[in-house]
Amino acid sequence: MLKRTSRITCSAAVAALLIGLAGCGDNNGSDTSDSPGTDQASQPVALRMTVWTGNEDHLSLFNSIADEYVAANGDKVSSVTFETLPYDEYTQTLTTQISGGNAPDLAWILEASGPEFVASGILSDLKPALESAEGYNLDEVLDSALALWQKDGSIYAYPFSNSPFGVLVNTTMLTEAGQPLPKDLIASGDWTWDKLRQISAAAVAATGKGGFYLSGFESYLAWQFMAEAWDSWDAAPWSADGTTCTFTDKPMVDFMTWYHDAVYVDNAIPQPGVVSDFYAGEAAMVTAQISRAAGLDGSFEWDIVPLPEGPAGLHPVIGQAGIGVLAQGANPAAAADFLAFFTNPANSAKLAQYFPPPRESLLNTDVLGAANPLLTAEQLQAVVIDQMPDAVTLPSHVVFAEVSDAARIVLDDLWTAQADVPSVMANICEAIDPLLGN
Amino acid sequence: MAPTANPAPVRRADARRTGATRKPRRNAMRRREALTGYLFITPQLAGAIGLVIIPLVVVFYYSLHDWNALSSSFTFVGAGNYTKLLADPSFADSLVASAWFSIGLVTLNIVLALALAVLLNQRLPGTTLFRTFFFSPVIVSLVAWSIVWSFLLQFDGGINGFLSAVGIQGPNWLRTGPTAMLSVIVVQVFKNVGLNMILFLAALQSVPLELREAARIDGARAWRVFRSITLPLISPTLLLVSIITVIGSLEVFAQIAVLTGGGPGNSTTVLVFFLYQKAFRYHQFGYASAVGVVLFVIVLLLTLAQFQTRRRWVHDEV
Repeated sequence: MLKRTSRITCSAAVAALLIGLAGCGDNNGSDTSDSPGTDQASQPVALRMTVWTGNEDHLSLFNSIADEYVAANGDKVSSVTFETLPYDEYTQTLTTQISGGNAPDLAWILEASGPEFVASGILSDLKPALESAEGYNLDEVLDSALALWQKDGSIYAYPFSNSPFGVLVNTTMLTEAGQPLPKDLIASGDWTWDKLRQISAAAVAATGKGGFYLSGFESYLAWQFMAEAWDSWDAAPWSADGTTCTFTDKPMVDFMTWYHDAVYVDNAIPQPGVVSDFYAGEAAMVTAQISRAAGLDGSFEWDIVPLPEGPAGLHPVIGQAGIGVLAQGANPAAAADFLAFFTNPANSAKLAQYFPPPRESLLNTDVLGAANPLLTAEQLQAVVIDQMPDAVTLPSHVVFAEVSDAARIVLDDLWTAQADVPSVMANICEAIDPLLGN
Repeated sequence: MAPTANPAPVRRADARRTGATRKPRRNAMRRREALTGYLFITPQLAGAIGLVIIPLVVVFYYSLHDWNALSSSFTFVGAGNYTKLLADPSFADSLVASAWFSIGLVTLNIVLALALAVLLNQRLPGTTLFRTFFFSPVIVSLVAWSIVWSFLLQFDGGINGFLSAVGIQGPNWLRTGPTAMLSVIVVQVFKNVGLNMILFLAALQSVPLELREAARIDGARAWRVFRSITLPLISPTLLLVSIITVIGSLEVFAQIAVLTGGGPGNSTTVLVFFLYQKAFRYHQFGYASAVGVVLFVIVLLLTLAQFQTRRRWVHDEV
């Protein structure tokens, strides 16, 4: 009897294993007959969009736009849910949802991951839905903003947020240190990266506080944020087609030498492991997008100015985010229709409160000024409107995470006073060339 | 005599009759007992099958495939991921990093836990307070603990501030390879040493006092008593502690993610962090599954090795 019971138990366990394996097999996307990617029902569907903002005001605005859409299209969509995922783990969490067969209908996508998502075939082509949406006016969306999200004439995500980088300046600290203010340097045509480094070093020496740092690169890990500066040297990490490492090219070596010296010779930039928070009044300057001005509490006087000029002139840089429709989601057609509504001119004007839009008609001081009361019309014109048409995005690649980690491992060797810049750059290329080639 | 001359056949017949009726009853009872037993272990068994056995089998199944989670490609490659793993220099680096971490953590943790347990086993005022003090990090959130230490270990953080106050220029703890590894080991030791200390404390308190007293009467000094009486008697606990500490050391992740991100270079990219990178940053789920299988085999072999050697040094296994 015991033997029989054991046999039954074993059979149950084996059955459970097989069911488990069968279930896992279904999630692999090998069989799409159960309809991810095809709208199934004539009944209204519930849509879900993953976002990385948890800001109540942002979510309230999104919900109000969604409510308006559901009220007008109740026969197609019953609800739209905005699911906040933590920013630091955003792409990992989204990918896990997709691989687990729980893909959202729409998703925000970071620019660094843009090419990988576009190339993977996981996103739906939005062009037909956007072109056919009434009053959408796709033609006014800036080409520079769409560049990252297009492939073979198709559009795989809508670049809803396009925020140029400028430089936030603690004018109280610079004045105390007896240094010229950037706005005066702009007027005299002397606003360069060298000058920024010079006044930053002087401010450090005079106040004992921090100098200047690049937003996003404070912890010396996400090196792609150095592009905020190196574009003004005409430097790039790899060739335009993404197949060849260019860390060893002269502009990049010159930039890295400049940066290294700013850290270890002038003390103008804090070295790794030293924290100087601009927003707490502990640093003279930081690169930032306009929305970061909201984090200033008025404890010191400040200004925001465009990025300085480098050896190759002024190269505006934007931080960008796109919204894509997941082809593996259950309702791609309904999701694309909602996206066309969410980003039409009227709703883009509302979203412009928080996310600078890529539409020419909305890039004016009236629209942006209403959303950014802390900034003057002059600041918005100089930092956002004038920069947007020529701006480039931060580096991205179809295997960005892998290349980024491989380069970071070697780049860590640069952060000692005695580092040999050309040698480190050569080692980076040695590490990432095989990945770029693939 | 005559009436009692032949009772045996009757008893045997009765016994046969009784046995024939009792056997099914006994079997029914056994079945009921077995069923009760199985019902008792069903929740645990279902959990183990659903959350341990099936995932283990599935991970092995995935490891035989090239699976890019983003593009949904899922192709059978046989042992391809394992041969790729053997040729991957970054995997070898992560094995080395894991080995250093485990050696450092296990040594430091067990020595410190045992020393604290011996010290706090004395009947002195304030020992309860110290026991609570050393145990309290165990119940603190691991991520919160790591974040606090990340501030303390900054170049201009609290630890270097303290060192500079006594005239010492501290290193950039988390930015140079050796000190970064040392830092994550020490942070992890301080986090969990309290748990091992409590286990050792319980073991020490079960050592009979008369044995130690007898040794002292025989002229043994404190170290000799500890080495020849106490240590052998707490060796079963030592085995338990060493097994769970070794396993725990190979599963470290959160502290690495918060404190160093695997750097500088890849000096603190231990196996689990390497697996995380492959699966969740590079979307190579099949390759990461192969790493998971290798990690499972390593943990299994180390545990078996510890268990096999127990007869040589564990007191009640001799």
